[in-house]
Amino acid sequence: MKNQLFTAIKLSLACFILLVVIYPLAVLGIAQFTPNKGDVDFVKVRDKIVGVRQIGQTYTQAKYFWGRPSAVNYDAGVSGGSNKGPSNPDYIQTVQARRDTFLVHNPSVKANEIPAELLTASGSGLDPHISLQSALVQVARVAKARNHSTEIIQKVVMNSLEKSPAGTPFVNVLELNLALDRL
Amino acid sequence: METDLLGIIATFVLTILLAWPLGKYISAIYTGAPHWSDKIFGGIERLFYKIGGINPKLEMTWQESLKALLSINLIWFLFAMFILMNQGWLPWNPDHNPSMSPDLAFNTAVSFLVNCNLQHYSGETGMSYLGQITCLMFLQFVTAATGMAACAVVFKAMREQTSQKLGNFYTYFIQSNTRILLPLALIVASLLLFEGVPMNIEGKASIHTLEGNTVQVARGPAAAMVAIKQLGTNGGGFFGANSSHPLENPTYWSNAIESISIILIPIAMVFALGFYLNRKKLALVIFGVMTVGFLALIAPALYFEWQGNPAIDHLGVAQTLGNMEGKETRFGTTFSTYWAIITTVTSNGSVNAMHDSLMPLTGMSALLGMMINALYGGVGVGFLNFYVFIIISVFIAGLMVGRTPELFGKKIEAREMKIATLIALLHPFLILLGTAIASYVAHQKPDIGWLNNPGFHGFSEMLYEYTSSAANNGSGFEGLGDNTPFWNISTGIVLILSRYIPIIGPVAIAGILAKKKHIPSGAGTLQLDTLTFGILMFAVILILVALAFFPALTLGPLAEHFSLK
Repeated sequence: MKNQLFTAIKLSLACFILLVVIYPLAVLGIAQFTPNKGDVDFVKVRDKIVGVRQIGQTYTQAKYFWGRPSAVNYDAGVSGGSNKGPSNPDYIQTVQARRDTFLVHNPSVKANEIPAELLTASGSGLDPHISLQSALVQVARVAKARNHSTEIIQKVVMNSLEKSPAGTPFVNVLELNLALDRL
Repeated sequence: METDLLGIIATFVLTILLAWPLGKYISAIYTGAPHWSDKIFGGIERLFYKIGGINPKLEMTWQESLKALLSINLIWFLFAMFILMNQGWLPWNPDHNPSMSPDLAFNTAVSFLVNCNLQHYSGETGMSYLGQITCLMFLQFVTAATGMAACAVVFKAMREQTSQKLGNFYTYFIQSNTRILLPLALIVASLLLFEGVPMNIEGKASIHTLEGNTVQVARGPAAAMVAIKQLGTNGGGFFGANSSHPLENPTYWSNAIESISIILIPIAMVFALGFYLNRKKLALVIFGVMTVGFLALIAPALYFEWQGNPAIDHLGVAQTLGNMEGKETRFGTTFSTYWAIITTVTSNGSVNAMHDSLMPLTGMSALLGMMINALYGGVGVGFLNFYVFIIISVFIAGLMVGRTPELFGKKIEAREMKIATLIALLHPFLILLGTAIASYVAHQKPDIGWLNNPGFHGFSEMLYEYTSSAANNGSGFEGLGDNTPFWNISTGIVLILSRYIPIIGPVAIAGILAKKKHIPSGAGTLQLDTLTFGILMFAVILILVALAFFPALTLGPLAEHFSLK
């Protein structure tokens, strides 16, 4: 047993050097060849950082498209979902309240036009995307707040569309809102 | 949804196509015959043998292999406890995260030591970079290699005619690291880097958002860890939200790469068995049984997630994308559901959607994946679990035809059957006992504050936690407030028992069988590589799991499903 423990310690040390020193350094080295050199993708407007492309943000103003509800209020220092079960009465009430708030801010929209996705919290609490439907349902509000025609706003949405290799098309909310600000 | 479905089918087929040559490669390595990979890895391995004072030619008995396995695990446990309880003052902690409390450190150390990665902390606030890399990522490599090495011992035992010598455990372990896990991790990490997974050493960034809020953005050396967490069926994420976090899994492609990594080695190990024993048909029968079980779990799961939540339908909103609570837009319901099932059938346990918010019967599919714990299963240990089902099936088949049951020309007798039955019963025993105790405590103290959801779903949260622990899976119904001494210690004990006993048992059975006299096969020998035996194995798995778990599932997910209107 004593011999085995010594072997175990020596073998662990060798593994440690290979797996904990050499391997991460190699990955760190490869990272220097990526566009962001291994860092997150900062988005800048006139040399000022306004966000990280992969991370969602809170939007409350009518002139911006809104993202999905977040269980962590888009605080990217943490992450997580609501973890509410489908039968939880509190959860159904929360979704109902979100629906009503949305209808107040978007008077031209009918309830059956709101995608449930826009009323339910994402897994990470930092989801940077919304589906095309969730963007289109907000076009009237954004157009009114910006004094533009809905056609122009809709065109900006369609231009920001990300093509998913399979499945539902979606937009990055930060990039969409920045495109609006450039109008 | 049709194109989404094509996406997951393509991913699954690609995984199988990659697993076949990988299985051949793994078999060649464990056989130990001269191989082209000797030229690349031979040098570094000789250095390992020199440092460790190991003679790679020295073959060990099954008892010696197990002693070596347990000794080295003990060393890792002590090391992990030290790092986790002291990371607060140790270097490379840019966010000044605290050291862990003793009970949380115990749970975390054990859970990474047993390849489970149940995480009762969140990476952003609970771990230093030093802890993430030197402790957690280190264990993600070496514990996966431990499972693979134990599996290699069983492979060798199955092939031997009459022998006590079952290869060198250290060699299997080292080669699993150097020739399988490390090269694959380097490839996967590189691919993930180019999809935007960060790998840097700086702490959280503070930024002003478009509307002028100040937020912190967690980052760090994630890519290296994410690669091995998937390949080694570990599942412990760098960030709290695991692979639903947009930095840990930023795109559709990163999601596809990680999905492939989750089941690649578990499937390859089955094919490796076929090449190793030169019984490819048997490997395909085993793979077939596993795949039929997998499809039976994923089909209802997809159906219920696509249907969405009936309670949300009543609010009159459009649920065309399915049940999106706890899911990410870039993955959608289909890829999230695919992930939920592959991560639970393989004992991986990483998530790209919150399982607590899955529809009740999708949650049940995830639970069943872990209750069976042998449909593909964890790297190495998945086959060990399946081996127990093979032994039981051979025994039952032997009784049915009235012959002494035998496996590859070795008689299966009382001693082996006792071990196999014990292992098969231990799993439900630990899960149900733990859930029963927790339910009792929660009932006695309704204000204890563990449960995030009332009623049947609350019960499912506790059932899931013990099932995940006993399956060494690591995913969770994360609404459960599990960072308390009760949960840290009770799941920690379940973790230890459900890792080492199901490794010791199959290795012991294989070792005992290898020593027995070999009887050449004749006309009356039970043929294992047939459809009939495949169906029998499937039936045995189904009956054992249904008998053990049906009552508990009735109280949790089934009751919730039928009450949901």
